[in-house]
Amino acid sequence: MTPGTLFDKIWDSHVVRSIDSGPDVLYIDRHFIHEVTSPQAFDGLRARGIPVFRPGKTLATADHNIPTKEQELPIRYELSRKQVETLNHNCNEFRIEYFGLNHPKNGIVHVVGPELGYTLPGTTIVCGDSHTSTHGAFGTIAFGIGTSEVEMVLATQCVLQPKPKKMKITVNGSLQKGVTAKDIILYIISRVSAGGATGYFVEYCGTAIDALSMEGRMTVCNMSIEMGARGGLIAPDLTTYEYLNRIPSVESRPDFKSLLLRWRSLKSDEGAVFDRELEFDASKIRPMITFGTNPGMGMAIDDTIPKPENQNEGKASYLKSLDYMGFTPGTKILGHPVDYIFLGSCTNGRIEDLRAFAGLVKGRKKAPGVTALIVPGSKRVEQQAIREGLDKILKDAGFELRQPGCSSCLAMNEDKIPSGKYAVSTSNRNFEGRQGPGSRTLLASPLIAAAAAITGRITDPAELLKN
Amino acid sequence: MEIMPKIKFDILESTCIPLPLENVDTDQIIPARFLSATSREGFGENLFRDWRFDKAGKTNDEFVLNNPKFSGKILVAGKNFGCGSSREHAVWAIADYGFSAVVSCFFADIFRNNSLNNGLLPVVVPEEFLKKMLAMIVENPGTKVRIDLEKQDLTLLPTGESVKFDINPYKKECLLKGLDDIDYLLNIKEMIIAYEFRNTLRQ
Repeated sequence: MTPGTLFDKIWDSHVVRSIDSGPDVLYIDRHFIHEVTSPQAFDGLRARGIPVFRPGKTLATADHNIPTKEQELPIRYELSRKQVETLNHNCNEFRIEYFGLNHPKNGIVHVVGPELGYTLPGTTIVCGDSHTSTHGAFGTIAFGIGTSEVEMVLATQCVLQPKPKKMKITVNGSLQKGVTAKDIILYIISRVSAGGATGYFVEYCGTAIDALSMEGRMTVCNMSIEMGARGGLIAPDLTTYEYLNRIPSVESRPDFKSLLLRWRSLKSDEGAVFDRELEFDASKIRPMITFGTNPGMGMAIDDTIPKPENQNEGKASYLKSLDYMGFTPGTKILGHPVDYIFLGSCTNGRIEDLRAFAGLVKGRKKAPGVTALIVPGSKRVEQQAIREGLDKILKDAGFELRQPGCSSCLAMNEDKIPSGKYAVSTSNRNFEGRQGPGSRTLLASPLIAAAAAITGRITDPAELLKN
Repeated sequence: MEIMPKIKFDILESTCIPLPLENVDTDQIIPARFLSATSREGFGENLFRDWRFDKAGKTNDEFVLNNPKFSGKILVAGKNFGCGSSREHAVWAIADYGFSAVVSCFFADIFRNNSLNNGLLPVVVPEEFLKKMLAMIVENPGTKVRIDLEKQDLTLLPTGESVKFDINPYKKECLLKGLDDIDYLLNIKEMIIAYEFRNTLRQ
């Protein structure tokens, strides 16, 4: 048999039918929905007069629009409230499990799925959200879809998809102190560029990837889309099995042993052919930060912003971007004042991220003038943080742990960064206006966000870690 | 409520609007604060909202959509157009504003799929051709372009210069005939159920 990639094995086993010189009909094992990209899909079903084909395979959460304070009260923004109510209504009508506001399992869709055991190796997962790639950390084919495709999945549990090409990204070696999963992926994107992986599905491997926790792997896979990749996945291993073994609903399954056996076979064969292969040395990665308006515009925190002639973007786009950010080519951003920090999102809103942040700010004080938004990714993460006393550490340092949601990552709720202000954000996109009209986003790890929150400036976290 | 009629696409002849920027993300096409609507209509009003209008809501005369010299049903943009969020609202906004096709040297994958599912034709041309096309349009806003889906070619009418473009044959058929993916899938439901029977272990 020809050696196959992990991606091929999972994809091929989910093809219901291949259309001649057309897309594949791909069966979807798990479908997540949220309030923003689903209402028009349900309207489509109603217009056709058809039910949801497999309601048990879809799970809904409200996350994009919701406030991160006083969630007990009605949502203040009328349109947001209506959108969340519409999801609730649609889930009732079509009998879909729904973790709404104040539900103990509520949270960001890509945080909730994995922590509750809905995300399993070897499966296919879609959601009307580009960061669905997060679930690839478990060895799944997971990708974002549009609303027309959400309707397709609701109606038939399948999507029509052309099979992407395959890319292998190997990261070998040990990380320096203060360098995290977020720095790995920002480094990769800065090398590949914001569109460099378009048309590909990525498999991440190598000793530096193997050494990551599941949380770290989710951070890496989450941002695959930021270099244009359809998704990214990591072969399941002992770290994956141990994570899943701790989830009661997975561990208690009568078929858990046979699942484990199947998961062990999920890897790329020796000699499997990829369309493109890249390799990076983990020991060369420094703490990373972005300076422009796409995630490919990143550099080591102590680097100098490249001159237009020394980078790959078109000059006009590059200069427009720096102008928006208020930065000058050839200067450093280390030491630049910071107005806001945001810790959270489906990239870095998990318990490990809160621990890293709290660990660095413990015994220190938030810089005056910095506004911090600390937002857990889910109710479970929030509860875990409280159990571990992280909320108290944060409070003593002058921070407040808010309630879960997507929050300032895309600022659909009140958590907006004001125009012209600089925000160090642990989220995934530094697009113009992403965190509020006129906001200036610098993407970085939870450690850099913590260091910025304490010093009020862009600071190498290694300086604070050594004290 | 009615099923949205699928837009058929065959030949389009129009002037173009040039947007020579790279990596135009869907947050620029339609900012997140306008995604709270629960219908598909009306998104064109806020297409490129923060580039068309300043913070006070005043028209930004420098942005190409506000430049009376340029009009047309074809948007011509730099590489990696439509990157970022999967929001189909971006395609709804572009189509609602009045565009029928977008030309670039490559599109983000999700945006391309969303476009095809809404009858907005994404046309991929070589990078050098795109540069030439953008320059020609900027110099002469009256430049007309013909896109022939059946023949899969795009022609710059003033010079007659033409390029072929790729499109998945299934999707081409869908666009030419106004067919729908969901109808296709509903028609093979027996096959989907048979697949489920064969794969009970995995879930």
